[in-house]
Amino acid sequence: MTERVHAVHPEPDMVQLLTPEGQRVERPDYPLDITDDEIAKLYRDLVLVRRLDTEAIALQRQGELGLWASLLGQEAAQIGAGHALRPQDMAFPSYREHGVAWCRGVDPLQLLGLFRGTNLGGFSPYEHNFTNYTIVIGAQALHATGYAMGVVRDGAMGTGDPERDTAVLTFFGDGATSQGDVNEAFVWAAAGNLPVVFFIQNNQFAISAAVSTQSRVPLYQRASGFGFPGVRVDGNDVLACLAVTRKALDDARNAQGPTLIEAFTYRMNPHTTNDDTRRYRLGSEVETWKLKDPIARVRAYLTREARLDLDFFDDVEQEAKKLAEHVRSGCRALPDPTPESVFDNVHVTMPDELEGQRAEFVDFVSEVAS
Amino acid sequence: MSTSMTMAKALNEGLRKSMESDPKVVIMGEDVGKLGGVFRITDGLQKDFGEDRVIDTPLAESAIIGTAVGLAIRGYRPVCEIQFDGFVFPGFDQIVSQVAKFHNRSAGLVRMPITIRIPSGGGIGAVEHHSESVETYFAHTAGLKVVACANPSDAYWMIQEAIADDDPVIFIEPKRLYHAAKDEIEDAPTPIYQARVVRPGQHVTLAGYGPTMSTLLESAKAAAEDGIEAEVIDLRSVSPLDIPTVLESVRRTGRLIVVHEAPQSFGVGAEIAARVTEQAFYSLEAPVLRVTGYDTVYPPSRLEHEWLPNLDRVLDAIDKIMEY
Repeated sequence: MTERVHAVHPEPDMVQLLTPEGQRVERPDYPLDITDDEIAKLYRDLVLVRRLDTEAIALQRQGELGLWASLLGQEAAQIGAGHALRPQDMAFPSYREHGVAWCRGVDPLQLLGLFRGTNLGGFSPYEHNFTNYTIVIGAQALHATGYAMGVVRDGAMGTGDPERDTAVLTFFGDGATSQGDVNEAFVWAAAGNLPVVFFIQNNQFAISAAVSTQSRVPLYQRASGFGFPGVRVDGNDVLACLAVTRKALDDARNAQGPTLIEAFTYRMNPHTTNDDTRRYRLGSEVETWKLKDPIARVRAYLTREARLDLDFFDDVEQEAKKLAEHVRSGCRALPDPTPESVFDNVHVTMPDELEGQRAEFVDFVSEVAS
Repeated sequence: MSTSMTMAKALNEGLRKSMESDPKVVIMGEDVGKLGGVFRITDGLQKDFGEDRVIDTPLAESAIIGTAVGLAIRGYRPVCEIQFDGFVFPGFDQIVSQVAKFHNRSAGLVRMPITIRIPSGGGIGAVEHHSESVETYFAHTAGLKVVACANPSDAYWMIQEAIADDDPVIFIEPKRLYHAAKDEIEDAPTPIYQARVVRPGQHVTLAGYGPTMSTLLESAKAAAEDGIEAEVIDLRSVSPLDIPTVLESVRRTGRLIVVHEAPQSFGVGAEIAARVTEQAFYSLEAPVLRVTGYDTVYPPSRLEHEWLPNLDRVLDAIDKIMEY
């Protein structure tokens, strides 16, 4: 047996605009013109989605959700990327992008149905230009690529009209980079010069498998072989994630083609509430990453540099409490689907045979109930 | 229209009509543009409709289907060509997990009006993976519709109806009939999900679809010489199945033989036998019989004519069923 090759460098040239200690770093290649008030807004969103996550885990523990995929540690990657989107852009998530959903204006309760078992997605992708969660790993990369083909055919790329030019942003993890669908998406996007940005949240684990199981090279370097730029960004730095994603989306809208972004981050919690991390990683590693917390560094910066209202942090905390209450009570109030609804939306036009099965099922259920 | 043409030409004309009537229709697949497809079904369409609407794709079946999903979300109506039946499997996940389920996942708010054309079946002396019958895999998946054309007129009309359908449709094209005899295109379509009695008879019902229909008609003709009048039904749609048309026939004949190239076990024949037994038990004079491909891998081409449901095998089944 050969020794495993560990060729994945921990942190090579990585874009960082805010250090873990909260110091701003200037990068001429990723200039970020941002006010302290805007940074405060990012802080607010980071705190709120972390609270949403905390509440969802608690709801799972209480039996109100069957499962939850925690975003803890990945807030900056998602809020940074989410804020880079324009209204007309389209986002294709996997199943952990609660922070991006938040940025798109999706009510967290709309995300909970999938995890509570009251629906399988349940909301319109058109309402917020954010598609339903996709659980098959990497499948959405192709959907995003196809959507980008449509954008090109609609003449919504490279016109110079900021209201019209449209980019597509798709999210997946480090594990997904081994999937055929993701690699096929890279091939198509490159060959077609499509306005799509691939955003990897490299949280270091595909359930239990370390990144070295997936790749011998840093993930962002894969892009060069496909013929488009790849960039690694500090995934715990919301400013860097915003700047890098904004540039990539601008390039896409301006007909400069795709970009691969690798947000280098860490999944602080288990893969889902059903996972046991003790079998595959050391607690000390988690402790190291706690020092790079995505929220603490923004708070440190704001406390030191920004002239915010004295009540700012308290106000955010109050808002988080309100959100928590909304999630708690809203989750419990989510109505169970009616039995016959399982036959809804299988087809646009229901075949007669299925009508028959539906009628039989409805009769049976009502007989059993009576 | 009073025009006679081959199935290949009829499909080409049908696709052309769909593209003319709806600017959101795009054709995508391997070699469909410049070459016009390996079977020339899309011949000339790229020249007339442009490279943006008749798309020569990279060689990746999962991406052909997966990007069609994205195009559909954007409001397009993609028609995907899978070059050969046996090459649909790299795209299987996208078909079964995404195309079939997206409408449902989005609470009915996103539609997947995607047509997936699959040149299917055997009898052309091909190498491995070029002669398979894949319809049953898709018929077993909720959210998909599966149809098969068997003559030029149906090819012309059914492809247009499949494309116009807001649900995803797996469109099975019997490749060995592509360039077979020309036939008249009827003035109006028979609705796509309806079966059709193509030859009346009172002694036994033969039901099939797609590539086996010519064998069934030939068999019925041969049986008639022995005084057995076989009613032949072209199912046309595998899913949904038009069972009422089959039941109506079986109630008169009391005997049913289902024929398909796909392997026997868990196939369309089994499903029809179950439903006919459930719904017309007392009309049956004999068990429902099946003449199908065997539960083997598709044979090397030197063996395929013995292996496929052919005239002799269907006549043998007719003899057996008449003995009850």
